[in-house]
Amino acid sequence: MRFNFRQHSVLPGFGLTLGCTLLYLSLVVLVPLSLLFFRTATMPLVDFWRVVTEPRVLASYKLTFGASLIGALVNVAFGFIVAWTLVRYRFPGRQLLDALIDLPFALPTAVSGIALTAIFAKTGWLGRFLYPLGIESAFSQLGVTIALTFIGLPFVVRTLQPALEELDAEVEEAAASLGASRWQTFYRVILPTVLPAVLTGFALAFARALGEYGSVVFISGNKALQTEITSLLIITKLEQYDYAGATAIAAVMLVASFAILLGINTLQWWVGRARLKGV
Amino acid sequence: MAAAASKPRRKNDPLWLQILMIGVSLAFVGVLLVLPLAVVFAEALSGGVSACFAALSKPAAWQAIKLTLLAAGISVPLNLVFGVVASWAIAKFEFRGKSVLISLIDLPFAVSPVISGLIYVLLFGLQGLLGKTLAAWNIEIIFAVPGVVLATLFVTFPFVARELIPLMQEQGDEEEQAAIALGASGWQTFWRITLPNIKWGLLYGVILCNARAMGEFGAVSVVAGHRGRTNTIPLYVELLYNEYNAPAAFTMASLLALLGLITLAAKTWLEWKIHPHTLTDGGPVATPLPPPANFEPTAAEVYSP
Repeated sequence: MRFNFRQHSVLPGFGLTLGCTLLYLSLVVLVPLSLLFFRTATMPLVDFWRVVTEPRVLASYKLTFGASLIGALVNVAFGFIVAWTLVRYRFPGRQLLDALIDLPFALPTAVSGIALTAIFAKTGWLGRFLYPLGIESAFSQLGVTIALTFIGLPFVVRTLQPALEELDAEVEEAAASLGASRWQTFYRVILPTVLPAVLTGFALAFARALGEYGSVVFISGNKALQTEITSLLIITKLEQYDYAGATAIAAVMLVASFAILLGINTLQWWVGRARLKGV
Repeated sequence: MAAAASKPRRKNDPLWLQILMIGVSLAFVGVLLVLPLAVVFAEALSGGVSACFAALSKPAAWQAIKLTLLAAGISVPLNLVFGVVASWAIAKFEFRGKSVLISLIDLPFAVSPVISGLIYVLLFGLQGLLGKTLAAWNIEIIFAVPGVVLATLFVTFPFVARELIPLMQEQGDEEEQAAIALGASGWQTFWRITLPNIKWGLLYGVILCNARAMGEFGAVSVVAGHRGRTNTIPLYVELLYNEYNAPAAFTMASLLALLGLITLAAKTWLEWKIHPHTLTDGGPVATPLPPPANFEPTAAEVYSP
């Protein structure tokens, strides 16, 4: 009996294309990436623990996770409004607004970094109004949060848009005809339906923010223990030729972002199953 | 509006709410997204047009532009070929472990830029796995051009494949089967049938891939080091900025911003080309199928098994 690895097809080229795919994938992605885990695994546990719990590193986790969390939450709030506006309303400039949402993806991160710094620094377009109010919008933790909000917005909007488009108009009509107020319809009918998309968008924005480097390093000011993000610490360690330290911190961050993506998967799977049951 | 009329129309929000929501959206997007774009060009032009040209005509600027073009010129074609080959294997055949393979292809999107550079330093750096061997042969990869190319290759790895796989899966393989049955060779089938079917999706993937290749900063910054020998445009922007030469930094940045704008325009145009119904104005928008891919993980679909 042959192990039935694939179903028969008349099309040629399966072995060749799959082989090339696996080879290239291994060379470019799998081998280098597994090296990171191999390096971490061969580190003595004591050393690993000492590196990843240094006060400076702990402070960077706190800032990175905290600012990413706040940024993602701000994006959920405003991203919902933007997505709702794009899906539900027709107004001049809607398509332009829609296209602009992807700007944080299209603009190289170094460019967004220096641009945000120029705007929010003390003499910048907005900084000159914020600083007199006592709001230090650049070279501060607030600056980090602003940059991480900037890069996260498209994730929330682009995840919510299809979910809002799929909403069944009949369900809303039914809710309204049964006497629900507009607010009740939103709160009881619309929100629960799009909640998985909201959570997914939130998690994607959060995961992206955790690893962000380019758009943050300029506006953060990089003061040790205060405004150093974890990505920057990895680079600092590398520049001191402390490969082991850089690798250990990188492993922690990589595991964190994989865990978030796994969470998204589980959520999607769970929602998919719940939908199937519902039908 | 014909399509909208046949559906039950939802009562729209009251006008005051619409105006409020549109106002908030425009204000938020304006401050957070449009202002940074505007400031790049404003700062670039702050020293006058002649200063711009002076900054652009420096040898270091040319060097950076050339290296950026080289890195993109190598990594985009390689990932283009890989994307086509991988999606042929994945979309046209049924085999075990397919979803795992798709997740693995998407892996680089889940790895942050700095870590993407770090893994190559661990492999080729002086203290890296192959460091001693390379040093003995006098081959420089890290802090040199090959490292920049490799890091770019890694971060742009999934773009074309993730665009083509859903597209080719959706198209199925009936046309190809017919071609083979009529006596066409595998190559003929690919060139005459498959390629024309996927050309717009392919172009879409290439454009996104190219934008990332030319704009990548974190990964490239790690492998290039901070010695200023191997600068791509983004690295040169950083160098100029840290030397307090803001007008020149913003001039170089405006090149990248222009690239970003062209990318956005091309992306919007291609989306309309691929899914004509998604951009119709008026009436509830039809759901795009498959969801238009983004620059980064719309990982929702892709990571799900």
